[in-house]
Amino acid sequence: MPYIPLEEHLPGITGLLEYSKDTAAPIRELTQLLLRGPSTLTEGERELIATLVSHRNECTFCTTAHTAAADILLGEEETTAKVKQDINTAPVSNKMKTLLTIAAQVQQGGKSVTGESVKKAKEAGATDIEIHDTVLIAALFCLYNRYVDGLSTVTPTDPAFYKGLGERLKTNGYNRLPQGYNHLKK
Amino acid sequence: MRRINMAHIKVEEGIPGIRSLVLFRPETGKPLYDLAQVLLRGPSALSEAERELIAAYVSYRNECMFCMSSHAAAARCLYGTEKKLVDEVLNDMQQSNVSDKMKALLHIAGKVQVLGKEVKPEDIAAARKLGATDKEIHDTVLIAASFSMFNRYVDGLASFTPSDPAVYEAMGERMAKGYVLPPTS
Repeated sequence: MPYIPLEEHLPGITGLLEYSKDTAAPIRELTQLLLRGPSTLTEGERELIATLVSHRNECTFCTTAHTAAADILLGEEETTAKVKQDINTAPVSNKMKTLLTIAAQVQQGGKSVTGESVKKAKEAGATDIEIHDTVLIAALFCLYNRYVDGLSTVTPTDPAFYKGLGERLKTNGYNRLPQGYNHLKK
Repeated sequence: MRRINMAHIKVEEGIPGIRSLVLFRPETGKPLYDLAQVLLRGPSALSEAERELIAAYVSYRNECMFCMSSHAAAARCLYGTEKKLVDEVLNDMQQSNVSDKMKALLHIAGKVQVLGKEVKPEDIAAARKLGATDKEIHDTVLIAASFSMFNRYVDGLASFTPSDPAVYEAMGERMAKGYVLPPTS
């Protein structure tokens, strides 16, 4: 049971974004830019950062949703599983490992990001914008994860729910659906 | 040579905190400032001073000196003659002279700072018993969650943190009027 009254047909973050539309607008805009906007990181790579941070923040809803989105974008399920287990042995590029390491440090706290890990990312070819966006994506999911769990939103258990959500995140991204969400009512 | 305080990425030197970061990337800066404005200055059951206090309290707990000092300064400015409440809360929240309802909300904000799932039904029940509404609880959680983002952004990129209190006092006065994206020159 959520701590505040949210629409029953909108579990997880969606109910919150519909509850408070004026704060949702800039949060959605920021997410759309960071995860779907022009970038030298692929959409799949950016979803991996979201997945890793949500996993480390123990937010089941966000972890499962972004794992689903990343799996669809990457076309396989191995990478998300391994990134959650161990960044260093996961099947991603060396540059991506250094960026995921920075994201993991951001999850711990801003001050946990070391000059050493930033240096390694730059040596692996990461640009300043890639480092910036990695830090901001990781920080943004520290917001989302706390928002979703801090108000005890509903976490569906049916895998089909997340598959559908992952597809929606691939097709529509993070903007509010123009028609709203009434069509999701059973 | 002032090279002690180097950010992790190439931002303009001497520009403090989040300002340097949004000037580096104005595209993401715009929704970040829009969020701060609607969250801390938009319609809410909590006063602007109370919302800045939550922001300062979370930033304090995240040890983000830049955000803590600037939002504490904004809160002092907005509290006016009651500005000592801000320093009381940052010293020892439970012993401060804010209302019991505000203490219950700050307690929830402190839980959010640790992790979302730390907020327990009894924390919410305690706040409700003291008169907190759904909207106040929502806004408290979202402000605390948002500063868990802002603090990590500011410190995660090692942006410049001024040490002169006078700098923050001026910043707080500006922030009290609202959050506007700085123009790119």
